[in-house]
This record gives sequence, structure tokens and C-alpha cells, in this order.
Amino acid sequence: MGRTLAEKVWDDHVVRRAEGEPDLLFIDLHLLHEVTSPQAFDGLRRDGRRVRRLDLTIATEDHNTPTLDIDKPIADPVSRAQLETLRKNCADFGVRLHPLGDVEQGVVHVVGPQLGLTQPGTTVVCGDSHTSTHGAFGALAFGIGTSQVEHVLATQTLPLAPFRTMAVTVEGELPEDVTAKDLILAVIARIGTGGGQGYVIEYRGPAIEKLSMESRMTVCNMSIEAGARAGMIAPDETTFEYLKGRPHAPKGADWDAAVEYWRTLSTDDDAVFDHEVVIDAAELAPFVTWGTNPGQGAPLSASVPDPASFEDPAAKLAAEKALEYMGLTPGQRLREVPVDTVFLGSCTNGRIEDLRAAARVLDGHTVADGVRMLVVPGSVRVSLQAVEEGLDKVFTAAGAEWRHAGCSMCLGMNPDQLRPGERAASTSNRNFEGRQGKGGRTHLVSPQVAAATAVLGRLASPADLSDVPTLVEA
Amino acid sequence: MEAFTTHTGRVAPLRRSNVDTDQIIPAHWLKKVTRDGFEDGLFEAWRKDPGFVLNQPERQGASVLVAGPDFGTGSSREHAVWALQNYGFRTVISSRFADIFRGNSLKNGLLTVVLPQETVERLWELTEADPAVEVTVDLVAREVRTDGLVAGFDLDENARWRLLEGLDDISLTLKYEDEIKAYEANRPAHKPSTAPV
Ligand code: SF4
Repeated sequence: MGRTLAEKVWDDHVVRRAEGEPDLLFIDLHLLHEVTSPQAFDGLRRDGRRVRRLDLTIATEDHNTPTLDIDKPIADPVSRAQLETLRKNCADFGVRLHPLGDVEQGVVHVVGPQLGLTQPGTTVVCGDSHTSTHGAFGALAFGIGTSQVEHVLATQTLPLAPFRTMAVTVEGELPEDVTAKDLILAVIARIGTGGGQGYVIEYRGPAIEKLSMESRMTVCNMSIEAGARAGMIAPDETTFEYLKGRPHAPKGADWDAAVEYWRTLSTDDDAVFDHEVVIDAAELAPFVTWGTNPGQGAPLSASVPDPASFEDPAAKLAAEKALEYMGLTPGQRLREVPVDTVFLGSCTNGRIEDLRAAARVLDGHTVADGVRMLVVPGSVRVSLQAVEEGLDKVFTAAGAEWRHAGCSMCLGMNPDQLRPGERAASTSNRNFEGRQGKGGRTHLVSPQVAAATAVLGRLASPADLSDVPTLVEA
Repeated sequence: MEAFTTHTGRVAPLRRSNVDTDQIIPAHWLKKVTRDGFEDGLFEAWRKDPGFVLNQPERQGASVLVAGPDFGTGSSREHAVWALQNYGFRTVISSRFADIFRGNSLKNGLLTVVLPQETVERLWELTEADPAVEVTVDLVAREVRTDGLVAGFDLDENARWRLLEGLDDISLTLKYEDEIKAYEANRPAHKPSTAPV
């Protein structure tokens, strides 16, 4: 019987297989950041162990880094201590680190792909659930906990229980105003936040094949929001094109050998998935969340649902609690929900295409009175590219704040947070209670919807701006 | 890792589904660089509400958390497990756990028990009717027991063995050093390296 993409990558990494035991898998790339690594390095020290493969390990700083005044000492002493701990650990153990201020610094899941380190057919891990992002390249990439971080540092392997496979096939073509973010939000709303549990999801079908690498990363990034172990997309010409010439992409004969291998990494015609979901791209529309988990979403044109309409008692209760927290009433039109804050950034939508898309919508408009819009590039490289293209000027001319790279308001470990009761349209991936600041309320949206929302001060899509006069070019 | 064989304790019934890791331990607690001292961060936002289950006097000292489906969704933060343990929980019962959370729990000796939602509901009802009810979670027998209820649960044999013995995964893996070396020797040259270029 044929094998799926995920099974092929898995099989290629088995170091040891024994009856009744989890497979021991080799890890090709281990990404580190400051939050989930300190206790792992402590463990190594305690047991007198070293990092086994420094050449497969790389660290950056992202979660705690400020997005203003990055040349000054970090104001929060606890954040500062955590960054200093990472710096000391990397120095002590010899790990390559891109700290705040370095040109390769940024959100770990933006940095790996842009360096060309994330490659098809590799296993990629990081102490961060959004490691699923890297699956866009046909890598088997998943988040791990700190104990596993220590395990990979010490052994470059992980004992892993087998997974099940799920195909999410997206037929047809995405309508013009529908983005990868809308697609993945719709997938999660359809299968639920636990629907992917135990599965590696492979996204396939014509609509997926047409996506750019950056859009594919947006899709795979949020696989974890459906509870999946990982998300993957088979590598193709788009993937090879993206990788070619990147600093760590293979070169010369290695490149040819790599591409030859990469071409074998698609699911065989006779392979069988444990579960299949088919989605018609033509039926999708701009999508936003109304609740406090990423599965609680609806098309922007819809209204806040009535909890009474949910059959499952747990879903009904969850919807009631979510509406109470979000300060929304059933039947309220989503387009009429006003926001105070717009956040453009994160490992979901903080790449250059996302910034370009938002800037296109924003160009010639101004951010509504009383709304603050934060634009936080996913990495320093993204930021430099945006400046080169003049995107920063588009944002600042519209009244948005142009910030330094990092996770920022995606989780508010740095000073970029929502205040209690504030409501945000956010291009990030989690709308959990308090995720972006204590008492803050989050609506997950695409970059285009974020930009249109900033202009109108309420949830909106770019199409809603057609009546809004643009500033006349001087 | 601390071994887990059997544990008997009182229950904290948490009638919520999708208890995500941001609720279990909010992000600002993640700045700590130790594995302890997270108890005050556990469910920090909800604990501000005097009516929250952990604030009820009869729930003090509860060591068995019984929660709704999809417990531990969200981030990979192992701090969520440490916070539950630091607070005093030895085991969590739910009808469904997020994968990464479950893996993290088992690595730290926090036993996550999957029971059908009906059984979870019965446990809620029993302990809400009488908070003094004690529940035994027996990993040897793979059973949850309390007055009038015996429910078997599954756990893969390898994970069970490691928990019962309190085994450290890294030492176990390092026994296969030769296999790792053999694998490394055969890796294709085109595989990525982080060595500066
Ligand atoms: S941007 Fe957000 S989701 Fe991505 S790694 Fe940072 S905190 Fe996590």
C-alpha cells in the first residue's frame, strides 16, 4: 500500500523501531527561543550533558522582545532576565543565537524558513506549538514541551508515538478576496479545536497548490488550533523556487540531490488517510472569530450566533461563556462590532506578503479615530524588506504604528498588550481569554480584514472600503 | 521524573471545555526560568472570581482535577503542567486532552486520564453533591474508583511503564547511542545545517 507524505517523512527518520515502544525519530532541525528553553538547559547542566548537534540547533529571541526602543535596556526585569538566560545558555553550550538587534532576529517560525533551514522532508521541532508552520515545506514539524527540548538537545532524537493521518482537500479556487487565513479559520470552525487531535493533517487539492509559500505557512501554522500534531503540504515547484538561493538551502550537487528527493515526497495515489475532509474553496468568504477559541468563527457577513442554536451541550456552554467574555450579543452583526486595536503581525501573518496585502488595503486611507494599529514585522528581514518597498511609509501615513520585529501582541509577553475590555482585530492565531492582555478581547482576522477594520473602526473587509474616499495623492 | 502508581484524593470539578494553556498559566508567568513557583499563576484570571471552584473552602487540598473536553489546548508550554503540579494536582481527568499537553504531563509524572464524557459528568455530580468524596486513580489497575463508580482507562503500555517506574526518557534514549550514530552516518549531505554560512 502507498504511503502518505507524513508517513514517508516519518519513515525516513526512524533511528530505532521496536515492538511495543514508540519509534525513536531523528530530528533535523531544532529551533530554540527564550521562553521554553531555560529549564531544558538547566537539566543538561544538572546531568553534565552537552548539546549533541550544535549544527542542527539555532536560537533566536522573540516572545519577550520589546518592539520600541530596542536599543535601550529592556524595562521589564523578568523579561530581561529571561533573555539574558538564553544568551548565557547559548554562550555556555555553543548554540548559534540571533539576539535582539541582530539582522536575523525575529519570530522563530519566520526565521527558520527565511534562512532556508526549513526544508522538505525534514523533521523540525521547537518548544512552541506553532512549529506546525514549517510543515508548509513538506517538513514534519511540531511543537514540543521543555522536557522534549532537553531530550532533543541531549540526543537529537525523540521517542514518538505514531500519529493518524487526515487529508484536508480544498477543491476549486479561492475567491479573490479570500485569503489563506480565511481558509484555515473556516477549516478549524468546521472540524473543531479538537478535531485534529492525534492527526497530522495534509492540506491538498487545487486551491492549496495555488497558494504561495507564505500563504501555505499561514495555513500550516494554525493546524495546532485544530488540535493537530502537525500540518503538511507536499513540496512542489513553488517550494523549490522559494528555497533556491536562501542562505542554508543546499547548493550545487546537493541542491540537485535534494530536489530529486523532495520530488518523491508526495502522498502516493493508493495511500489511505485515516480521515478525510473536503472543502469547496468557492464557498469560502472572509472569516472572523466571535468567541474565545479559534474554532468559534463565522463569515464576516454573518451575525454572532445564538448559543441556544448549538446542539452539543459543551459547545453551547462554551459559546455562552465566550459571548459573555467577548461582550457580544447573539444576532449582533459581526460587521457592526467596533474595535479599539488592530494588530498586524505574528508567525501566522507577519511575513512580507501579509504586510504588502495590508498596505495595499490601507494605502490612501487613514486609521479611524480612537483606533490604534500596531504593525509588527515577523522578523528583522521582513522589516527591512518592507522599508525597502516603502510599506512602512504607507502604514505610518495612515496613522499606524510601525514597530520592531517580534511576537509582540500575539501573546503580550512584552509591553504590547490589550487593556481590560479592549477589543482587537488581530492577524495572530489565538483568541483565548486574556491572550493579548488581561481582559482583552480578540477577533482573529486576515491582514486584509485587519487593514479594512482599522480604517472603519469596526470589523470590515476591503470591499467595505469602496465607499470610503481615499486621500488624493499630492 | 516522579513515579505515579496510585493516588487517592479529593476532586476539583472544572465544568469548562477547551481549557487552554493561556488559562492554565498566563503568558506573563512564562518569564520565569525555573520549574517551580507557578502555583499562584494556575488559572490566575479565573481565581480572581471568589466563586471559582478552586476558591471554595471545600476544594482546598483537592488533588484530582476533573475537567471538560479538550483540556490543555493551545501552546506547548510545559509550565501548564508545572503549575498544576506546583498547586498540588497529581492527576487530571477529561474526555479529551490536547496532544502536546498530554505528552508534557506524562513526562512530568502528572497522570492524564481519558474517560468518556458521561463518566466525567458522573464524577462532577458525585463530587458536587459531596465535596468530601475521594477518588482513587490507580495506574497499576488502570482504574478510576470512587463510591459507586469504577471506570477503566487506557494508556499506552510504554507510557504506563515509564510512569510507574518514574523513568527519565533521556537516559533511556542514550542507551541507543550506537543506533543514533549509525543513523547520523547515513544522513544525506543535502540535509540542512545551522552552521554559519
Ligand atoms: S508570534 Fe505568537 S504564536 Fe507565533 S511564536 Fe510568537 S507568540 Fe507564538
